[in-house]
Order: sequence, then structure tokens, then C-alpha cells
Amino acid sequence: MNLRAVQSIYLYEMHRTWRTLWQSVVSPVISTSLYFVVFGAAIGSRITEIDGISYGAFIVPGLIMLSLLTQSISNASFAIYFPKFVGTIYEVMSAPVSYFEIVLAYVGAAATKSIILGLIILATAHLFVPLHIEHPVWMLVFMVLTAFTFSLFGFIIGIWAGSFEQLQIVPLLIITPLTFLGGSFYSISMLPPLWQKISLVNPVVYLVSGFRWSFFEHSDVGVGISLAMTLAFLAVCLAIVSWMFRTGYRLKT
Amino acid sequence: MQNIISIANLSKTYASGFSALKGVDLNIRDGEIFALLGPNGAGKTTLISIVCGLVNASGGSVTAGGHDIVRDYRAARSLIGLVPQELTTDAFETVWATVNLSRGLFGKRRDHAHVEKLLKQLSLWDKKDEKIVTLSGGMKRRLMIAKALSHEPRILFLDEPTAGVDVELRRDMWNIVRELRADGVTVILTTHYIEEAEEMADRIGVINKGELILVEETAALMNKLGKKALTLQLHCPLDAIPDTLSGYALELSADRTELTYTYDTQGQRTGITSLLTDLAAAGIRFRDLHTEQSSLEEIFVSLVSERT
Ligand SMILES: Nc1ncnc2c1ncn2[C@@H]1O[C@H](COP(=O)(O)OP(=O)(O)OP(=O)(O)O)[C@@H](O)[C@H]1O
Ligand SMILES: [Mg+2]
Repeated sequence: MNLRAVQSIYLYEMHRTWRTLWQSVVSPVISTSLYFVVFGAAIGSRITEIDGISYGAFIVPGLIMLSLLTQSISNASFAIYFPKFVGTIYEVMSAPVSYFEIVLAYVGAAATKSIILGLIILATAHLFVPLHIEHPVWMLVFMVLTAFTFSLFGFIIGIWAGSFEQLQIVPLLIITPLTFLGGSFYSISMLPPLWQKISLVNPVVYLVSGFRWSFFEHSDVGVGISLAMTLAFLAVCLAIVSWMFRTGYRLKT
Repeated sequence: MQNIISIANLSKTYASGFSALKGVDLNIRDGEIFALLGPNGAGKTTLISIVCGLVNASGGSVTAGGHDIVRDYRAARSLIGLVPQELTTDAFETVWATVNLSRGLFGKRRDHAHVEKLLKQLSLWDKKDEKIVTLSGGMKRRLMIAKALSHEPRILFLDEPTAGVDVELRRDMWNIVRELRADGVTVILTTHYIEEAEEMADRIGVINKGELILVEETAALMNKLGKKALTLQLHCPLDAIPDTLSGYALELSADRTELTYTYDTQGQRTGITSLLTDLAAAGIRFRDLHTEQSSLEEIFVSLVSERT
């Protein structure tokens, strides 16, 4: 293993984040606060409770998931798309680095960033609502798994994308709707039976549900199923990435 | 001398169906400066890109330092530094960070003394904390060289190092290459300019349309190719070339205002002095003159026709 290369890419990527630290921290804090004002205070005052949990607290796991997903994807897709776009990727491709190491470094950096972000949002949320986390370890497990899985997914998008428009389109057209419809701000059980069934096709439902379980021991679907689905999605992404690198898809001619 | 790179029957057909390399065989000797000479689209960059792992070969094999570039890519790539044709840099990073990243990518321990020496050698030391966007084109090219040398490669590829570079930087570049050779680094460079190849290289390979036409010691090749043309712009148009000058291979232009004399630069005598004397004796006066090396295109034409 060329661990030094992994470390170099990782630190270089993290350095890029520190350079834009202000944006990376301030914007999620502001948007989280806005969600709390709108959903927690304005709407939440009418919903009061879901399964014995105050609405303000109920949406916290959903909010964190929402940023974890979108941030992981955008961080990782940009991190690989940009060097591909400007051409600096040549250096990584000509270095004695294996594909696994390249993925580890880029995806690791992207996931680290979104995990830090998730924790910042958690802290911000704590200012608005009292929170008690039932299973902190499981919460972290879900967080890390989700961050890695979706960073990997973002990495795939970044390699696939041929333009900045394509880079935006998957998150915009698929991920955002799936997240909003995935029970981030409501319990699936609040939906009519038919829609409950349809929702189960949405992978985000499992992520949010498992994550929420770690907070409140309450979930829409069993926590085991949540975990299994997350791992399954991770496996699919891993398979796609290894295929991409084996064939040199859009990286080598 | 031992071969540090062996290329055997290398071919590349791009997805478009275009055949950029057609069975190239080439051995690069350890420690030499090798110039790959060829017109636009000849396949120079393609060849380099395959050796460096940026492009998949369609057929054939390459070894670097005895390591197959596909099966044993780590060992092979560790030996190689690449300065690509295009100036591609991470604009918002600093010079210092980007050179250290390059070193790290090749698995080398951080070595500030080495990076410092390199940046000083390339006159970039005072720019080390600057963002790359603030560098001029020539500085960027030197930065690319610093990056390629950061991991102390034994083989350096320079893809058109002097394209768009001013005379001074070109001199610097040549000096750098000579210093590298003195340190035992093998340098492979591509160029369009025969003068550059002549000045720099121990051996020259000529590539055209994906085929390596010839590989030869520079001196031997220059003997073959050393034709120059001397053009004289006449004061008054000349009706015909006087008989007294019939001994020279002279050509009169269509508008009869220019005389061209073709001669061999490598010959013992070029015949220029006696030509000028005889011209004066014949009362032919001229306003201006210039000499011209046979262009690369002409050389290719003559090489190709020679072979067929
Ligand atoms: N990705 C690609 N897809 C299809 N054809 C390509 C690709 N890259 C290069 N080619 C073609 O292969 C041929 C050789 O290109 P290459 O870049 O190797 O030439 P070169 O000798 O480096 O030329 P130059 O002196 O202009 O840099 C050209 O005709 C080019 O159009
Ligand atoms: Mg080229």
C-alpha cells in the first residue's frame, strides 16, 4: 500500500476545505437554523408530537441525513470532477497509486468533511431543541456509513459527469426528492397505506429511519433492515467504482 | 549501455477508430537524452501517455527499469516523472503545497531540503508561498518540472518543454536537462524543432503518423539531414543565371528577383565563399540574404521517400 500517497491526497483535499472553512461551516449552520425556524417553530407548533417525540426534535436526524447525503455527494463528486476537468488528474493517474488507494483518499476526505458538518448541525440543533441520543455509538455508525456510501456515490457521479450540468443533475433530480420524500420531516406512518408501501422503495427511508432510531429508539422500519440496506447500497457503489477503474471508464482512453 | 525503457510492438487505436501508434519498437538507454521528433498528431504524446499510465495500449508491451508498466505498475511508475504538454495546475494552491503533494503521491517521505533545492534551481523559491494563478506561463512550466522532479525520478518525460517559451527560458530548460543528465537521469523529450533535438539529444527518433521512421545518433542524423538553403534577394531582376555560375546548384525564382543556393552544412566546404565571390565577379548585386534549414516536413518527405 502506498499509504503516503493516500495521506497526501487526503490532507491536500482537507486543506482545500480549510481554505474555504468559512463557507463550509457557516452555510450549513444558517440553513439548519432556517429549517428550525420554519419547520420546528412555525409548522412544528401545530404538529406538536410524533410518537411521543416533539416535532422539533423529530426532524433533527432527518436534517442531519439531508446534509450528510447532499454534502457527501457534492464534496466527492467535485473533488474528482474538478481535477478531471482541469487536467491535473494526470498526476494521480501516473503515480504509483492503486485505484483502491485513490478512492480511499478522495472518498475518505469527502466523508470526513460531511461528518464534521453533520456534527456541526447536531450541535446547532441542540441550541434549538433539547436532545437526548439513545444510542450514540449507533448514531456515529450510521453517520460514518452514510457519509462513506454517499461520498462513494458522489465519486461515481464525478467520474461519470462530462460537464458541470451533469454534475448537478443527479443530486438535484434524484437525491433531493428522495431525501424529502424519505421521511426526513415526517414519519412514514403518517402517510396513506399506499404511499407507505411506495416509500419503501426509497433507499433514503432506511437511512433516515435507522438514524432516527439511534436517537429515539423509534423507527419506521426495523433497524436491522436499515443497516442491511445501507450496507447493500455501499456494496453496489463499491462494485460500480471498481468496475470504473478496472475499465478506465472516462479516466483513461 | 543498458536499456531503461523497452517498448515492443506498441500500438494504440483510439475509441474513434483512429490508429495513433502502429507497432512502435523503441529502446531508451539508461542515462541518455532522447528526442522524439515529429509533426503535429504524429503520436508523440500518445506514446508518452502510454508509458506513464495515462492511456491504455491496444497492443504491445512496455517495461521501465525492467518492470512491466501494467503488471508491475507501481515499480515502473516510481521511476518516472512526467511534464505533460498542457499546463495543468491546481490554480488556487500554493507552489509549495503542490510540489509536496507530488512527492507524496509517489510515496516519498517529506523532504523539505530537496524541495527547496529544486525550487531554487528552477528560480521559483521566492514564489513558494504564492498561489499558482499568480504565476506566469513560463513559471508554471517550471513548476510542472519541479513537480515531476519532486520524487527524484530516474526517467523524465518532457512533452514539448519549449513550446511557447521565450529564448531565455529555453536556455534554462536546456541547462536543466544537461544537469539532469549529469546526475544520471534519463530524459525523453518531444519537440517539433530539429535544431532543438540537434542541440540537446544524444539520439533522435523520428515519428510520423504513428510510425517510428528512424532512430539514430544525433550526429549521424544531422549528416543526413543537414541541408540548408541560402536565398539571395537581388538588386535587379536577373534574366538568366550566367554561365559562369552554372557550376553551382542555383535556382532562380519565378519573378527572377531571388536566387536560391542549396548546400550541405556537414560538408567540408559549403561553397558559400566562392559563390559570393563569383556573384560579385558576374556583377550580380543583392539587397539581402537569409539561410533556412530544411523544414521538418521536407525532412519527413525525404526520409519517407528514401525508405520506399
Ligand atoms: N483521446 C483521443 N481520441 C481520439 N484520437 C486521439 C485522442 N488523443 C489523440 N488522438 C489522435 O491521435 C493522434 C496522435 O495524437 P498525439 O497527441 O499523440 O500527437 P502528438 O505527436 O503529440 O502531436 P502534437 O505535436 O500536436 O502534440 C492525433 O491524430 C490525435 O488526433
Ligand atoms: Mg503532443
